[in-house]
Amino acid sequence: MGEAQDQPAVSVRDVVRHFGRFAALRGITADFAPGQLYVLLGENGAGKSTLLRVIVGLLAPSRGTVRVLGSASIRQVATRFGYMGHAPLLYDEMSALENLQYFAALYGINDRARCENAIRTVGLDPILQRRVGQYSQGMRQRISLARAIVHGPELLFLDEPFSNVDVRSAKQMTRLLATMRDQGTTIFVVTHQAALMEPVADQCLVLDAGRLVARENGIPPRLLTPYLAEERAALQRPVEAKL
Amino acid sequence: MTSAPGLWTITRRSLIKDLRLEWRSKDAINSMLFFALLVVVIFSFGFDPTAEESRRIAGGLLWVAILFATVVALNQTWTRELRNQVLDAYRLSPAPPQALFLAKTVGNFIFVSILEVLMVPLFVVFYNLRSVGPVWQLLVVALLATWALVVNGTFFAALSIRTRSREIMLPLILFPISIPALLAMVDATTSILTGDNSPVFWMRLLAVYDLVFTTVSLLLFEPVLNAE
Repeated sequence: MGEAQDQPAVSVRDVVRHFGRFAALRGITADFAPGQLYVLLGENGAGKSTLLRVIVGLLAPSRGTVRVLGSASIRQVATRFGYMGHAPLLYDEMSALENLQYFAALYGINDRARCENAIRTVGLDPILQRRVGQYSQGMRQRISLARAIVHGPELLFLDEPFSNVDVRSAKQMTRLLATMRDQGTTIFVVTHQAALMEPVADQCLVLDAGRLVARENGIPPRLLTPYLAEERAALQRPVEAKL
Repeated sequence: MTSAPGLWTITRRSLIKDLRLEWRSKDAINSMLFFALLVVVIFSFGFDPTAEESRRIAGGLLWVAILFATVVALNQTWTRELRNQVLDAYRLSPAPPQALFLAKTVGNFIFVSILEVLMVPLFVVFYNLRSVGPVWQLLVVALLATWALVVNGTFFAALSIRTRSREIMLPLILFPISIPALLAMVDATTSILTGDNSPVFWMRLLAVYDLVFTTVSLLLFEPVLNAE
């Protein structure tokens, strides 16, 4: 076995990130083996998105170090990872195919067929001429995923990929992620919909107030339950109608 | 696996993308045109110059109108990169940061040139202008002056993009640093229109200004792009 395979896909050491006086991350240390699907769970403000943004280099850590694919310089491995953020990272005035062709070109790919294929992979029609601004939120999320994977990354970071996506499409996206993981891609998913990821997750990490408080194989039922219980409670809560 | 793309390829792709976005939204061109048109019309009502006086003041009026209109366009250029946080996608890619800067600068150069092509005939009509000096020199001054405005403007617009009051911040930074270029473009234009002096000194000054600020902007753009 080569050295490259033993080396973690991502390694974070004592990572702290402050926003002014607020500490969003408080000393996170973890190694992530390649070819696994990791799910990051936690309440709003726990630091999940911040951790992802620090790993991909959109935010600099206030303290600590991050190594991605063995490199301390994220720019050196920029061709080898993909990122899907909260926002779709797409131009509203261009069609899905135009968007993908532009972003693929940033990775040195000038292959229209590959872009069309990425759009088909996320369950959309590449012939669709409508501009992205006219898409539903769910369609935009799927195009955003296509943008993140068009260059065939070894490492994929997804921040809330299922928000505003209908259940059927979300399951389709989950299956796609499982297939990519089986083909060797290391995947990180930040989500509140733990139940969706439960069948495919290799490990889950729970963040609370900027700290890594649990790391488990799969997503154990005790971690699924709080979320399901919360959802159920919200549905059962009487709604006060004020006329 | 993919490889890092070249500077000129990405500059060309980003320029085409910007031209396409502008063609579809017309955000920059429309706002620039209306603004410049208003300035020209208001000035023409405010003054009633003779032909000789027109030649003396037209350079100043024209370039000040274009400078103000350019600021309007410059803000639009980067605002569209903030929508949907598209700039993050560029920052994460292996594409050279300088390619984005060059594409934006060339795009703005094209937009401002279109504005000038539309505004100059209006100026000629409103101020009854006839150039005493050679007209081809005006063309050279226009090219050098437009580049001076957009290269600085594009850089400082990127610098102020994340500030809360960027519409105010950009002119506050841009205008003082553009004074040498503005002086050169106004004096060169006036010299050509009146035929009193040679514009060569001012044209050289503009060329040096362009060279210095293009180089400095290219060198400093990467930290500006990656600033949080």
